[in-house]
Amino acid sequence: MGKTTRMTGAKALIESLYAEKVDVIFGYPGGVLLPIYDELFDADINHILVRHEQAAAHAADGYARATGKVGVCLATSGPGATNLVTGIATAYMDSIPIVAITGQVPRSMIGNDAFQEADITGITLPITKHNYLVTDVNDLPRIIKEAFHIASTGRPGPVLIDIPKDITTDELDFEYPESVDLRGYKPTRIGHKKQIKRAAEVISKARQPVLYVGGGIIAAEATKELLELAQTIQAPVTTTLMGKGAFPDDNPLSIGMPGMHGTKYANYAIQESDVLIAVGVRFDDRVTGKIESFAPNAQVIHVDIDPAEIGKNVRVDIPIVGNAKSVLKMLSEAISEELNGKTNTAAWVEKVEKWKIQYPLYYHKDDTLKPQYIMEMINQLYPDSIIVTEVGQNQMWAAQYFKYNMPRTFISSGGLGTMGYGFPASMGVKMGRPDKVVFDISGDGSFQMNSQELATVVQNDIPVIVAIFNNGFLGMVRQWQELFFDRRYSFTCIDNSVDFVKLAEAYGALGLRVTKPEEVEPALKEAVESGRPTVIDFVVEREENVYPMVPAGAAINEILDLEVKS
Amino acid sequence: MKHTLAVLVENKPGVLARVSGLFSRRGFNIESLAVGITDNPEISRMTIVVSGDDRVLDQVTKQLNKLIDVIKVSDLDPDEAIDRELAMFKVKVDKGNRSEIIQIVDVFRAQIVDVGVKTLIVAVTGTGDKIDAIEKLLRNFGIVEVVRTGKISMNRGVKIVKLER
Repeated sequence: MGKTTRMTGAKALIESLYAEKVDVIFGYPGGVLLPIYDELFDADINHILVRHEQAAAHAADGYARATGKVGVCLATSGPGATNLVTGIATAYMDSIPIVAITGQVPRSMIGNDAFQEADITGITLPITKHNYLVTDVNDLPRIIKEAFHIASTGRPGPVLIDIPKDITTDELDFEYPESVDLRGYKPTRIGHKKQIKRAAEVISKARQPVLYVGGGIIAAEATKELLELAQTIQAPVTTTLMGKGAFPDDNPLSIGMPGMHGTKYANYAIQESDVLIAVGVRFDDRVTGKIESFAPNAQVIHVDIDPAEIGKNVRVDIPIVGNAKSVLKMLSEAISEELNGKTNTAAWVEKVEKWKIQYPLYYHKDDTLKPQYIMEMINQLYPDSIIVTEVGQNQMWAAQYFKYNMPRTFISSGGLGTMGYGFPASMGVKMGRPDKVVFDISGDGSFQMNSQELATVVQNDIPVIVAIFNNGFLGMVRQWQELFFDRRYSFTCIDNSVDFVKLAEAYGALGLRVTKPEEVEPALKEAVESGRPTVIDFVVEREENVYPMVPAGAAINEILDLEVKS
Repeated sequence: MKHTLAVLVENKPGVLARVSGLFSRRGFNIESLAVGITDNPEISRMTIVVSGDDRVLDQVTKQLNKLIDVIKVSDLDPDEAIDRELAMFKVKVDKGNRSEIIQIVDVFRAQIVDVGVKTLIVAVTGTGDKIDAIEKLLRNFGIVEVVRTGKISMNRGVKIVKLER
């Protein structure tokens, strides 16, 4: 036993956050949080006051994605806690480690429908990896230790801790535990040797292998191991939306994103593959399209830290449960032995290379302002930026028209598809990576879901750049209405609703408007060089569509695309 | 296809909600669920009967294992396990049929646990089939109330569902 100190629960919470090396939390005070906020007033932790609790959860999530550390958010009981829900669900779907701390009414009042009471542990049961209601102040240090451990290990995810007000004023003998003892939680790290050997044999004999990789590579920090494996076997690599940056887009073996708005060559390669090596992915419907027709000729090897993902959506021939970093390393070693410096894939790589030339990502370039062009310009001027996105067309163009060569440089709500995620997430990203230029690629729809955070970025001087692709529509839904509902634009038109430049200025941010292609470069430079929070209102072509596109429910080689104009 | 799962869980508030919530959320069907404390007061044991094919069972098992408060999940082999349920039936009686009911109770090695002027309570333990059978016979006299537990189940012989340390 080490030395213990007598203190309140509120103080113990702060001490525990120090022990977890938390340097920033995103929060919003409230009645039951008063004792905690009183401690925070003098604490050596940067607290960012958001303007809506949803933003606190997204900011913690963005911070976690950008740094690999656990993000922390804090909200009061009742509405404060329920406002976190969308952010927690977003983190849960994308396996992002955050710890959400909520205040709760005093223990004696729980269950009485007290003022600002909500059963937040009940509400978040299906969207947290685990959650806690603290019922004894002596449990608080152990629970915080466990929460950070659970959030950041195995398949990461959000953990919520609900702390009744009287727990924060009760006293305890504080000692932060050094380890956790959770008999029901023992994530597998190291892959099964025999399975890895089997996989190595199959991969070594493959003639048309494809590596299909996702967010699991980034979570496990396995980009080096992935690069080595891809080069050893000379297989094309397709990275999912969540896996952007896991493999350098500039590498000749990169074939971009698979699925609904993926590249044609990625989808063709998957469909013709004989061995599909899936690592840290979950065969999401946006990737597989019609599941019965997905990779019909392939033997499937599926590597994942979460056993429940294996066999959930598709039949798997060789399952390997384990951490991507350790499994890929062992796999490369086993394959190197089998291959002995030779590869069987030269003809395949050449075929895929031809597809890349034949079916490039394409949009009509004319003198109107195109979102794709803006992405290309950002890429050209600021290739080392971190790109955060909202959801919809802006997200797909951001994924398609920027080269991601490093992990944690593309940050987007993949699984839940949360409009309004990007701007608050970009605050967390910038707090975690102040050295980076951070863009929130936005639509005029998504931005309005959390535009109140302009006050937060101005007050705290967080210089993110919001690039609104303003087409006056909820663009992605409008695109589906155009293609599948006879152009009946039912409630997707939002034109002329807001002057985003004035809005930015009203909050004290820099507002810029761009209407012509030649204005893009000067505006981007002005925004970056200003060092201020900036909103750029790019008034873009209104009915531009995202292509290629696989209609929902179709096989991924049944692709709609523009005809190339020569 | 029905499967019987023996699930060791932390004996904490909210664990039952985590488990039952998981089933409804993922679209799994619970046929029955019984829970009670084990010889270790920190640990409860659930017996869950679930229907579905092998793929469903595989997902159920894996998803249960992901819950932090679930310590161990075992799929019990029906040929190697003893099953028991408990049921109580409140049956209408009159002077004429009392002895006939007592005969049935004896045949099933059930017990009469309450005798009233107009009703009897019959308690019976056994497999689901046995309880269904006595219910069918008692129904002839008029059952006014039924209560049944979920199934509990245990491996025969030396095979034990226990914590791995």
